Amino acid sequence: MKLAGMLLLLAGWVIVVSALALFARPGPRDLFVLAGLGVQLLGLILAFRGGARLPREAK
Amino acid sequence: MTPYPAAYDLPMLASMALVAIIPLVLAGFVLMNTGLGRTRSAAHSMLGSLAAIAVAALVFCVVGFSWEGVAGGPAHTLTIAGSHWDWLARAPFCLLGLSPGATPLAVLLQVFAVGLAALIPLSAGADRWRLSASCLSTALLAGWTYPLFAHWVWGGGWLAQLGSNYGLGRGFLDAGGAGTIQVVGGLTALSVVWIIGPRRGKYAQDGIAAAIPGHNIVYVLFGALLVLPGWIALNAACAILFAAAPPAQIPLIALNTMLSAAAACVAAVLITRLRFAKPDASLSANGWVGGLVASSAVCTFVSPLMAIGVGLIAGVLVTFSVELLELRLAVDDPGGAISVHAVAGIWGLLAVGFFVPGQLLAQVVGVATLLGLVLPLTYALNWMLDRVFPQRTGLDGERLGMDLHELGAGAYPEFVIHNEEFVER
Repeated sequence: MKLAGMLLLLAGWVIVVSALALFARPGPRDLFVLAGLGVQLLGLILAFRGGARLPREAK
Repeated sequence: MTPYPAAYDLPMLASMALVAIIPLVLAGFVLMNTGLGRTRSAAHSMLGSLAAIAVAALVFCVVGFSWEGVAGGPAHTLTIAGSHWDWLARAPFCLLGLSPGATPLAVLLQVFAVGLAALIPLSAGADRWRLSASCLSTALLAGWTYPLFAHWVWGGGWLAQLGSNYGLGRGFLDAGGAGTIQVVGGLTALSVVWIIGPRRGKYAQDGIAAAIPGHNIVYVLFGALLVLPGWIALNAACAILFAAAPPAQIPLIALNTMLSAAAACVAAVLITRLRFAKPDASLSANGWVGGLVASSAVCTFVSPLMAIGVGLIAGVLVTFSVELLELRLAVDDPGGAISVHAVAGIWGLLAVGFFVPGQLLAQVVGVATLLGLVLPLTYALNWMLDRVFPQRTGLDGERLGMDLHELGAGAYPEFVIHNEEFVER
């Protein structure tokens, strides 16, 4: 789950950076950046859910 | 991004005086980290901090600075849709060819900054992070993660170029290192905590967290006071060297730094007083530092009133974030480093976007880069390190304490009850 979260974080960043290169107009660019942030938020949630599983030796 | 000031002019002399004060931040952090840990790991925490600062300084000078470089120096660039993206500097290794003047001063400032970033994960990994592993992890931070992001922001990299390439305000702004130092350190701390897991006994089988209070709150509060002058110097020196702020702006930077910390501390005191009936000293100290972290982003660009607002929100965020991470997300961070440095730092960076017109998108791209590239990168590096060199101490280390296990002696030997003093003669 943590790996999936990390991949989503990375994918969100790629979307954000792609928006800068692909769109000159502010409207679509901002929308694309927002979508990238949404993907990152999902990644962060997944990563934290994966991190919340306690390793056996810590209990 | 502007070149460094010329040697021996007023900005240069002011920067030299300011850089000399920055080690107070390191000293304050070391005290805070040690006070927030347990008695049986106090000497380990102190030595770990010294070792981390030393390793960070050496690795940064041997390898890291060549990736970071200086603004306008040689770099690897990529042309995307007609715009040049500066990704990585290519200065000589081992500081070869370093000319006298402002650049060595900037390197010295970076040495302190990377040492500061290296102390942040130590706080989160207290009581269970092996000394040797923390040194190796610090080497990864100082040699790769930190210089990479620092180049993008302070070395004329693609984040600094967002303004000239895409018309996003003045490019990503981080005059005092809220992102470059604090968030990078905070995200490294998060990676380390995810990899080494919580302290034994912190969470019960049903996931309920046990309170493990710090052993010396006087260290924590004195450390919080000690970081203030160093932080003012850090913010001012970074603003002069990396954001071309004139020395005349130093008083405003100092005032904003102080006000942000004060507001954050008051917010933390009030919140803990309202929620727990009494103010919590360690959370209040963390709130204070959270305000300082947020001030690093905004101190050069906002009015004192705005700095107070930024500090208030930072104090609120730190207080609730510590609880959220510990109780809901099972992130065992004894020093609250992730909340103080990552959360407050990200808030400060976004606040620049809210308060400086036309700057929001550039700041959002910078924060997205921290979360989307720096966090996975630092997690991957530390995960690989953990595969070849386990970072968490063994069962004995946690039972005996890191002092006895790794150093062979405790920090407070007079606490040991000697049999001969108590046996009837």
